[in-house]
Amino acid sequence: MKIHHHPSDELLLDYASGALGEGWSLAIATHLALCPACRRAVAGMETLGGGFLTSVAPAPIGDDALDIVMARLDAEPQEPAAAPVAEIPRGAEPVLPQPLRGYLGGDAGDLEWRRLGLGAFQVPVAMEDRRTSVRLLRIPAGRPVPEHSHRGLELTLVLRGAFSDATGEYKRGDFQEADDSLEHRPHAAPGEDCICLAVTDAPLRFSSVTARIVQPLLGI
Amino acid sequence: MSSFEPGRTETEQLNQLLLAVAEQRDRQAFRALFGHFAPRLKAFVMSQQADAGTAEEVVQETMVNVWRKAAQFDAAKASASTWVFTIARNMRIDMLRRARRPEPDMNDPAMVSDPEPLAHERISHEQEAERLRAAVAELPAEQQEVLRLVFMEDITHAEAAERLGIPLGTVKSRIRLALKRVRAEVGERE
Repeated sequence: MKIHHHPSDELLLDYASGALGEGWSLAIATHLALCPACRRAVAGMETLGGGFLTSVAPAPIGDDALDIVMARLDAEPQEPAAAPVAEIPRGAEPVLPQPLRGYLGGDAGDLEWRRLGLGAFQVPVAMEDRRTSVRLLRIPAGRPVPEHSHRGLELTLVLRGAFSDATGEYKRGDFQEADDSLEHRPHAAPGEDCICLAVTDAPLRFSSVTARIVQPLLGI
Repeated sequence: MSSFEPGRTETEQLNQLLLAVAEQRDRQAFRALFGHFAPRLKAFVMSQQADAGTAEEVVQETMVNVWRKAAQFDAAKASASTWVFTIARNMRIDMLRRARRPEPDMNDPAMVSDPEPLAHERISHEQEAERLRAAVAELPAEQQEVLRLVFMEDITHAEAAERLGIPLGTVKSRIRLALKRVRAEVGERE
């Protein structure tokens, strides 16, 4: 698998520094599972973070801080905690890598897909941080992605199949960063349905009661 | 920023101490790590508008986690200071921002593994880290300043622009230039 479209340095840097919010970070972390090159880039940025930690002017620490911590170690298990080993499911490679699969509680085939129109389906991904709207989309092979307007940034990560628009073709692992100035009319490639993760800024909250009721129904 | 580049021996010493904690649960080694990292971690956390008391709590929690997770430290992948940075970063997201930071799972069967490095690419992580840090130390002051803000204060590019009173585009271009310069040093991402 050769990935041609990567997240920007800005996103990777904000992920490495810790400033990036949960929803955007989920798209980056899931891309990292599929992209050794970006993992290496993030590791390099973390090395810079380690350098800044080394070079900072030390601040005086409380006299009892070491004693408090040493006392807490007494309560820890004596054996070093082994690196956690995840249960590896047998069979084919999952469509959804971690951490996305954990957020959804299953792989693509286990989910309750909701009809979105034009043959497309979606599954919302629940976030603690409500500033982003995160969902998994399934677009039928060869069909256009349903008209979707969004404000601000939209990140799309392809997990199965492919889609293409004026900016190129996106396959498994490819990452698209679009702002609202990009007028793209993405189409799923023929062959198999396209499954992708989409992260956008959370929709504006309408003040009218009707809009508040209608909004979730429309899925906007 | 001459101290950005720690001496090679110091880097090795810290790695050895951390390995002693991981493999032998060595408390003396842990005390030495605490002596080195705790005051730096406190400055690091306080740079994010945390008061001294809160910062002290984050430092203690970070050091307890260094003890707890020491077995996960891999000297072939990161130096001790880089590894401690990632623990402190996650701790401050957890404790100060009360937020989640999703991460890939190295044991996931969907994980695409790293390619085998070609013979000439095989340089140790320590060498690579040293080259990265040397490259940062040589960056123009304004580029170092933006990188420092992003890492130390855990703020986004937009917030950094506000803090420095310069346009967002300037922050982005400084970061891009800085990363390009640093990356040329280690030949990252084709």
